[in-house]
Amino acid sequence: MAQLKRKLNGLRRSPRALVVVLFAGLLVVGSGYTAVQAAVSPSTAVTRSQEQIDLGKRIFLSNCASCHGKNAEGTMNGPSLIGVGEASVDFQVSTGRMPGAASGPQLEVKPVQFTEEQISALAAYVGSLADGPSIPDASLLQANGDSTKGGELFRINCAMCHNAGGAGGALTEGKYAPNLMGSSEKTIYEAMLTGPQNMPVFNDANITPAEKNDIITYLKYLQNNRSVGGDELGNLGPVVEGLVAWLGMLGLIIAITIWLGAKSN
Amino acid sequence: MYDAGLRVIHEDAVANPGIEPHRVRMTEKSVKHEKNAVRQVAALFTLSMLGSALALYAYFAFPISEDLTTVRLNTLYLGVGITLGLLGIGIGAVHWAKTLMPDNEVSEERHLTRGSDEKRAAAIEIINLANQESGFSRRKLIRRTLYGSLALFPLPGIILFADLGPSLGDKLRHTAWKQGTRLTKDPYGSPIKASEVTIGSVFHVIPEGLMPGEENYLEEKAKAAVLLVRVDPDQLIETEERASWSYQGIVAYSKICTHVGCPVALYEQQTHHLLCPCHQSTFDLIDGCKVIFGPATRPLPQLPISVDAEGYLIAQSDFHEPVGPSFWDRSVQQ
Repeated sequence: MAQLKRKLNGLRRSPRALVVVLFAGLLVVGSGYTAVQAAVSPSTAVTRSQEQIDLGKRIFLSNCASCHGKNAEGTMNGPSLIGVGEASVDFQVSTGRMPGAASGPQLEVKPVQFTEEQISALAAYVGSLADGPSIPDASLLQANGDSTKGGELFRINCAMCHNAGGAGGALTEGKYAPNLMGSSEKTIYEAMLTGPQNMPVFNDANITPAEKNDIITYLKYLQNNRSVGGDELGNLGPVVEGLVAWLGMLGLIIAITIWLGAKSN
Repeated sequence: MYDAGLRVIHEDAVANPGIEPHRVRMTEKSVKHEKNAVRQVAALFTLSMLGSALALYAYFAFPISEDLTTVRLNTLYLGVGITLGLLGIGIGAVHWAKTLMPDNEVSEERHLTRGSDEKRAAAIEIINLANQESGFSRRKLIRRTLYGSLALFPLPGIILFADLGPSLGDKLRHTAWKQGTRLTKDPYGSPIKASEVTIGSVFHVIPEGLMPGEENYLEEKAKAAVLLVRVDPDQLIETEERASWSYQGIVAYSKICTHVGCPVALYEQQTHHLLCPCHQSTFDLIDGCKVIFGPATRPLPQLPISVDAEGYLIAQSDFHEPVGPSFWDRSVQQ
């Protein structure tokens, strides 16, 4: 027994012990961190084939690597993509924002550059680098939630930038929140999940997947139903409505005044 | 040309053209035109009748129901009907006057504004007599005390104005946040764990227990609304006094603009700018929400936060300064 104790003591002092302890510590911290991350953004089991990843890597090297680096580690011209997740890639590429055409205040929507197959390969490659938010399951994109609740959540979390009618609005220094009236269910979901560009992230702890579905339901309702108040004038608010009312009504009043003052022949 | 003094008398630079020659209207020259005008006026009045009838019909034909889309047709046809009803009468009446009623030009001279010398002298005499009989100029003591009393009598009334509204007390200086109040999500009130606030996240926050139905719910919510953001702790610029107010890069700021009180909630994740939509005041979230653009003059007040034993975010105290725009005795400590 005493011998064993001495042996253990000897082991404790050996330099190898330090490595073991460090490794164990890293394992605990790492798995703890992953557990926390998983609680925040549960990534559904993703099936990526090696062929997909290889294809994605080829597309990445020829289209993205000049800004994001050969291993997606980021350069002066573009951020690192390690850990951004498949949802982020899918959002940026399937709306045409990426590959970016020119640097500016904000990347614009433009014609999509890749086929769906290429986009999913690219997403699979970036997703294989590190865990991140994955593409939402189709069951969350049915727009079959509670639009009243979705409207309430939208007004609290989204409307300050995207406008209560989803028409978008201006931010600082040339940036803007885009109009949501043409956005698909998947695009809206991925934007909330990943927080593209200057949009903040709304993770699943903040707005649960069911609540995200409610918000999508609300936006789909707005997209599919005309305003009951007549012409929306772009839903841009009191400035536009005031301008139309002032110009239209003032014009009418001036016309009537001229007619009143003119002599009849 | 001079008169008795040095005054130069100008002749009018532009001669008075007088009344322009009368132009005879077609309705007076031809019976056909006159009859046409009569018909036009009658048609306008008929249009008015039809409009009013349409408004009446629309009220019953397009009732407003639970379905919101019914509002559109109801409002549209009621509006068109009433507009035709009123415009028809107005335009018809003016058209009638312009085409059929006599249109001979008539000029009326204005009378002089200055009264006759006799009347002016009589008025001055009355004033002088009143002054003499009352002794207003002569009795200085009476005159000066009268001035004093007139100057003082409105003051009590002005002071009483302060009692017209409810007393604000210290409502402008305090919010619903207290030591230990949990930060909860607007609008459903679920508490927030620090681990849930990932970098780049924005949470719209209200104090725990502030729910519809509470007394002064909307007023309290309007004062207590908070924006919760996590940034990279290395980026955070914090004064020594405020170093303990954040938690691992999570900061909480009042959402009420210090300019005129709009909700400042347009957060840009990459620039860390917080923009107020009303007047474009911009605050730098990582630098104590200092104003970097726009009409606001003070940084947004920061809510000191920490976590409780269960990992939920709680407030350390209320805000250390009044939230929202300035008010007249804001700087007075209470």
